Amino acid sequence: MLILECPCCGVMADETELAPGGEAHLKRYGPGSSDEEFEGYLFHRVNPKGVHFERWRHANGCGKWFLAARCTNTLEVFATYSAQTPEPPQHVIDAIAARRPNWSIEA
Amino acid sequence: MRRYSAFAIAREAARYHQGWERAWASPEPKKSYDAIIVGAGGHGLATAFYLGKNFGITNVAVIEKGWLGGGNTGRNTTIIRSNYLQDASAAIYEKARGLYETMSQDLNYNVMFSPRGVIMLAQTHHEVRGYQRTAHANALQGVKTEFISPARVKEIVPIINLDGPRYPVLGGLWQARGGTARHDAVAWGYARACSDMGMDIIQKTEVTGVRKENGAVVGVETSRGFIGTKKLGIVVAGHSGVLADMAGFRLPIESVALQALVSEPIKPCMDCVVMANTVHGYMSQSDKGEMVIGGGADGYNNYTQRGSFHHIEETVRALVETFPMISRLKQLRQWGGIVDMTGDRSPILSKTPVEGVFINCGWGTGGFKAIPGSGWGFAELMARGYSPLTAEFGLNRFKEGRFIDESVAAGVAH
Ligand SMILES: Cc1cc2nc3c(=O)[nH]c(=O)nc-3n(C[C@H](O)[C@H](O)[C@H](O)COP(=O)(O)OP(=O)(O)OC[C@H]3O[C@@H](n4cnc5c(N)ncnc54)[C@H](O)[C@@H]3O)c2cc1C
Ligand SMILES: [Zn+2]
Repeated sequence: MLILECPCCGVMADETELAPGGEAHLKRYGPGSSDEEFEGYLFHRVNPKGVHFERWRHANGCGKWFLAARCTNTLEVFATYSAQTPEPPQHVIDAIAARRPNWSIEA
Repeated sequence: MRRYSAFAIAREAARYHQGWERAWASPEPKKSYDAIIVGAGGHGLATAFYLGKNFGITNVAVIEKGWLGGGNTGRNTTIIRSNYLQDASAAIYEKARGLYETMSQDLNYNVMFSPRGVIMLAQTHHEVRGYQRTAHANALQGVKTEFISPARVKEIVPIINLDGPRYPVLGGLWQARGGTARHDAVAWGYARACSDMGMDIIQKTEVTGVRKENGAVVGVETSRGFIGTKKLGIVVAGHSGVLADMAGFRLPIESVALQALVSEPIKPCMDCVVMANTVHGYMSQSDKGEMVIGGGADGYNNYTQRGSFHHIEETVRALVETFPMISRLKQLRQWGGIVDMTGDRSPILSKTPVEGVFINCGWGTGGFKAIPGSGWGFAELMARGYSPLTAEFGLNRFKEGRFIDESVAAGVAH
């Protein structure tokens, strides 16, 4: 069973306690944007086989949103972190690099 | 190819079964092909088959990283139905269902198509209205379905509990010519027919890159070297995003795990397929006597072909409510597949931003039933650049907001 540590309340939460929220760090487009930008924001997903940044909600717990870095190929969890950040913080990138030396953030 | 027949069985029985030939060849890849299909699941193989049969294009390779039908085609619960709401879906799924009716004869391979009937239970008033609407839509589309009463449901499925604790059965959408087929046989039958037409089925060979020149495809890099082509069909289900990434474009797709299980075999007790979408579960009985059970997909991205245990628990709990007699059954096997979920839960059969590259994906939790229709339409799209069957399923619909909203039909079950 997938277990994530909620960075908001510190609980180690089973996936039955959590609600998945899809890809994290999507750039949100507003009025005046092109059709392509809207299409990308609404529908296109990286969907990588490997390192994935994603949103989770501690639904049956503190109720707060947070983010996680996880490998979709092994289900390894690298880190969980605050949702109040537009991009993965350095300590998360370091935690991933320690386990996936060939990985880079663009990939 | 030597035909299979009653006579062939008698002939082989008389000589200790030594005369059966290999069903398909395992050739070395050539330097280039007129068309290459990536992925030897049902959809990829059906595409190759109709490229040959309907368009005479036989210089074709189907490249598979594992073994034939080892993806979702060999992992699904084989429900076949075409009672969809939208016209575009009804057209392609009904085309497929119709082709299933004669597939064993067409391929000279017994795919065990069994039109035993499919019931989708209505267990809320909302569902009653929804399925009545679907039945009316199906009447207009020429798809034969009917909305039936609880008493009729009980007649067709005696083991069902009509007044369950949470959701009583209020009726059902019944498609008498829906049913099941043997999934492996569908892949094998197509592979045998393709091989017979001179196509190369290349297993244990992974596509690792898509080579382009001036925005057009010129071939694929594989674990056995470069293979050239000007026409590439990507038909890899859960790995569509990975292949699209190689070709350099993004898809409106996320890959998640979907699981199924079978019980220990028991005597025949249910001779149709029952789907209970409100409680998230469906069940049929295989010819071996196992109860074949499936439910909802996991909610997070996953490529491991393993799902979450609690989904199995939820599915079984829901079905025990609906069929109390299964509460003492033991689970025999459980497995998962990686399904490709699109933004509107309908498939994509489309040209792509790369010249010469076509994609057939997004069948998600419910594409087994569509295999022959999808192959028919996608082959036409690849050969001619247009197919009436696939026209509505283009990638451009996401930009243009022309969704094919079947989430009611395809979001949970099959
Ligand atoms: C548990 C479960 C139950 C289901 N139940 C039903 C049901 O009852 N009814 C129904 O209609 N549908 C059902 N489905 C959905 C159905 O199985 C799929 O929609 C359908 O089988 C998809 O077929 P495909 O040929 O597109 O993909 P697949 O059969 O998955 O074939 C894709 C192939 O591509 C290969 N591949 C991937 N990457 C590469 C690469 N880089 N190079 C070479 N090859 C590659 C894979 O190895 C795979 O063999 C179910 C699915 C699952 C998982
Ligand atoms: Zn919390």
